[in-house]
Amino acid sequence: MEKVIYKLKSNTALTDSVFKMVLEGDTKSITASGQFVNILIDGLYLRRPISVCDYDENSLTLIYKVVGKGTEKLSKMTHGRLDILTGLGNGYNLSKSGNKPLLIGGGAGVPPLYNLCKKLINEGKKVTVILGFNKKEAVFFENEFRSLGAEVYVATADGSYGTKGFVTDIMKDLTYSYFYTCGPEMMLKAIDKIAKTSGQLSFEERMGCGFGACMGCSCKTKYGNKRICKDGPVLEREEIIW
Amino acid sequence: MVDTKVVLSGWEIDNPVIPASGTFGYGKEFSELYDINILGSFSFKGTTLEERFGNPTPRICDCASGMINSVGLQNPGAKHVLEKELPEMDKYFKKKVIANVSGFSVEEYAETVEILDASEKIGLFEINISCPNVHNGGMAFGTKPENAAAVTKAVKAVTKKPVYIKLSPNVTDITEIARACEDAGADGLSLINTMLGMRIDLNKKKPVLANKTGGFSGRAIFPIALRFVYQVYEAVKIPVIGMGGVATAEDVIEMMLAGATAVEVGAENLVNPYASKEIIEALPLAMEKYKINSLKDIIGGAHNG
Repeated sequence: MEKVIYKLKSNTALTDSVFKMVLEGDTKSITASGQFVNILIDGLYLRRPISVCDYDENSLTLIYKVVGKGTEKLSKMTHGRLDILTGLGNGYNLSKSGNKPLLIGGGAGVPPLYNLCKKLINEGKKVTVILGFNKKEAVFFENEFRSLGAEVYVATADGSYGTKGFVTDIMKDLTYSYFYTCGPEMMLKAIDKIAKTSGQLSFEERMGCGFGACMGCSCKTKYGNKRICKDGPVLEREEIIW
Repeated sequence: MVDTKVVLSGWEIDNPVIPASGTFGYGKEFSELYDINILGSFSFKGTTLEERFGNPTPRICDCASGMINSVGLQNPGAKHVLEKELPEMDKYFKKKVIANVSGFSVEEYAETVEILDASEKIGLFEINISCPNVHNGGMAFGTKPENAAAVTKAVKAVTKKPVYIKLSPNVTDITEIARACEDAGADGLSLINTMLGMRIDLNKKKPVLANKTGGFSGRAIFPIALRFVYQVYEAVKIPVIGMGGVATAEDVIEMMLAGATAVEVGAENLVNPYASKEIIEALPLAMEKYKINSLKDIIGGAHNG
């Protein structure tokens, strides 16, 4: 973890409530896909945690959904600098993926899978991606995943795009060596019920500090008490207590 | 050269800045960011006799100029702290530390202190009789003078280290509790703990916190904390550690003028992990600006005669 002042390069709407922010600054503290950053927002006390969508040496891409005051303020920024704690959380462990990993993202849980997908493909893995949204207008990043070389499926709850239903409706018919997922807890639970292999699931929780000091986001696992911000947000399927 | 040293019941510390319990863990996360040996000391995560997971989540919510937590004293228990956390801490923090202890009965407080007393790493006990987030205990000891006195006596009987009682602001008259602790033999007091508060989620139309209420802390409570410290300083002769919303070197000086011998920094560490370091670095400059040569000289300076 370190504190970095980033310069805002762009902040554009992908859907009516999802935004893509590109920041310029040091990213050396980010060591794994699925980690997050914690952003200080003018006028708010606690920082707001946002998962890392993608990064290279000097730029950071965040995709976030407007869900409250913090993300709303963030979405209105057009320029300036942001005080950010970077490189937070454990992130996904790529070494367990096998040759045909499956990535499943639901809504605001899609972004952290992007960098993961990129890395797995760079390692020569055959990656399949399932993206789940509520409706056609909410779909984003389908083509971006496809451009990386992944096989992409989309499900919408109302059937207005792709397969009608949930990500699990597509997942049940696929074969894969391992799975990685991020999304609403209901979706994670449904995936755990039908998954045929081991996997890693990324969780969300209201956080205080975001770096393991306040015990605000603790959860019980089969491997002992964990802090979602520091020991997570990624947990292994085998350790989760639902 | 200004003098930032202060003395807590015979224990001299390099400066009065002490990260508060529950906002600094056992110091490890912060030691990865800066050399925490610059701190006066720090108060480690509130410890109980047995391991506790704490309250269900959400445990945290944001407020204007502050936050509410209902962590509920999650900690690995006194024996684990003695055998694992304290020896581990010795690797990155060379000074003595403040042990924050909580409990659910007078006997439990005493037993926990007795276990931790074996550690030479501990310079002082801070007895939390004011946690707003646990039922059947915690704050119950801090809201009645006779209970506060009973805990103080029981703890004093099992340790020779200084015992400071951490007081709750959620009372009608804090000076009454403060005096009861002093009369029972407390070496000092530490205040304030968080203020009981809550928020309601407008979408769900239900409390944000799973525990419904929690402890409000952060910059917003500074003037309230300052007032409590000012009042308690006048009511007792024992030293006071002041805390509540402290975020700058100026806040530290203000707290000391109100009567604090040392000052704890709480929620600010969570939003700015470098807060305590920045305060310590800014302190000599602020002292020069306000023509203060020695911090020891300004304790209670705002009081008449």
